[in-house]
Amino acid sequence: MERVIRVFLAKPGLDGHDRGVLIVGQALRDAGMEVIYSGLKQTCETIVEAALQEDVDVLGLSILSGAHMALIPRITELLREQGADDMAVLVGGVIPPDDARSLVEEHGVARVFGPGTRTGDIVDYIVDRVVEDREVG
Amino acid sequence: MRGAAPVEGLYERLLAGDRRAAARLITMVENGDPEARNILRQLHRHSGKAHIVGLTGPPGSGKSTLACRLAGRFRREGRTVGIVAVDPTSPYTGGALLGDRVRMQDLADDPEVFIRSMGSRGALGGLSVATNDVINILDAFGKDYIIVETVGAGQVEVEVVKFSHTCVVVAMPGGGDEIQAIKAGILEIGDIFVVNKADREGAQRTMADLEMMLETKPALDASSWKPRVVATVAVDGGGMDDLAGAIQGHWEYLVESGLLEQKTIQRMKAELISILNLRVSKAAARALEDKDTGEELLRRMAARDIDPHSAAEEVERLIVREARL
Repeated sequence: MERVIRVFLAKPGLDGHDRGVLIVGQALRDAGMEVIYSGLKQTCETIVEAALQEDVDVLGLSILSGAHMALIPRITELLREQGADDMAVLVGGVIPPDDARSLVEEHGVARVFGPGTRTGDIVDYIVDRVVEDREVG
Repeated sequence: MRGAAPVEGLYERLLAGDRRAAARLITMVENGDPEARNILRQLHRHSGKAHIVGLTGPPGSGKSTLACRLAGRFRREGRTVGIVAVDPTSPYTGGALLGDRVRMQDLADDPEVFIRSMGSRGALGGLSVATNDVINILDAFGKDYIIVETVGAGQVEVEVVKFSHTCVVVAMPGGGDEIQAIKAGILEIGDIFVVNKADREGAQRTMADLEMMLETKPALDASSWKPRVVATVAVDGGGMDDLAGAIQGHWEYLVESGLLEQKTIQRMKAELISILNLRVSKAAARALEDKDTGEELLRRMAARDIDPHSAAEEVERLIVREARL
């Protein structure tokens, strides 16, 4: 049975910058994943609803607006409410180190990838986690 | 991250309207999970109620935006909608970038619209089978309309559209070759033709060209469906009443003429053939992988001991023997 890794990439809140998320999307696609892109300016609710309908392994949130501490905990909370906190939430963008630590330690984010991250590292991280989880599951 | 799919209760949860159960079953179908087949077997008697609308046409013609507007139009009438949006999978990496949701943001807040993006994946005609399964899942899930959106650039897409009750072919005004792009094979299958982006120059000409080509298509008899040509500007909702009216008109035609039953039989046949194609090609691939029989056969072909058609007959005999075991 061949399982394709599915990833939903979303841009929460008022943030018009999508160059980064599209580059990540292409890298994941080229690594053989199915990447669904939301488009800009999505609410937390629409992102969670779409991620559930698409039944993805990974939810990637790209945020460069500075509103990450308001939006991302809300998204992980909505996932928890829906019993979908087994979906790995990855964050990319401009996130100060203290905030990144808080997102991972207190708000259920699996990993934060800051500026300068190599796309190959994101691919490796996702592949390792999905394979590992499937084996555990 | 998620572990093994909670298969228990998936069937009951899906029928109770749990969209996560529907989403998970679709994933299982896409991955060829053998558990999915058992659930599909149970679900089948709950399907057969939805109006399935196929939407095809060249890239960039506005299919996703049309699907979104159309779904919005059906929702205003209180009907529920499922959308299956197929985008191409790279044959080189197996990956896909599925961007149809970008054009469907108006629907994102509506829990009665279930949108699923699918990569064509493509191995051995599997797309047709998986798409059909997804349609059946959304049908059993209780969606009144199921819109299936595909890229209209090849045989596979034409196959998928065969599974719909109403096939909508989307064109747009352009430099004169726009009809060429949709001509081969697809004029025959369209029940409704949409000239989208009709606010652009040349739209009237494209409509006229289409109407002329459809005129020359021989009607089976006086009462048979005459394909409609509709102008739309999907981006601002223009012409959507006409399109929704034409789609509903086609459904009424199918019901009133008694052709719905015939259409259903045709759809069942197309579905059965696509499943058989997949099973037989898989069985043939297995037979050829077999060291003794398969490789030996290929060597005999290379040595001109046996011609390809006779070799195929031998493989058929192997498959039949395997199926009987």
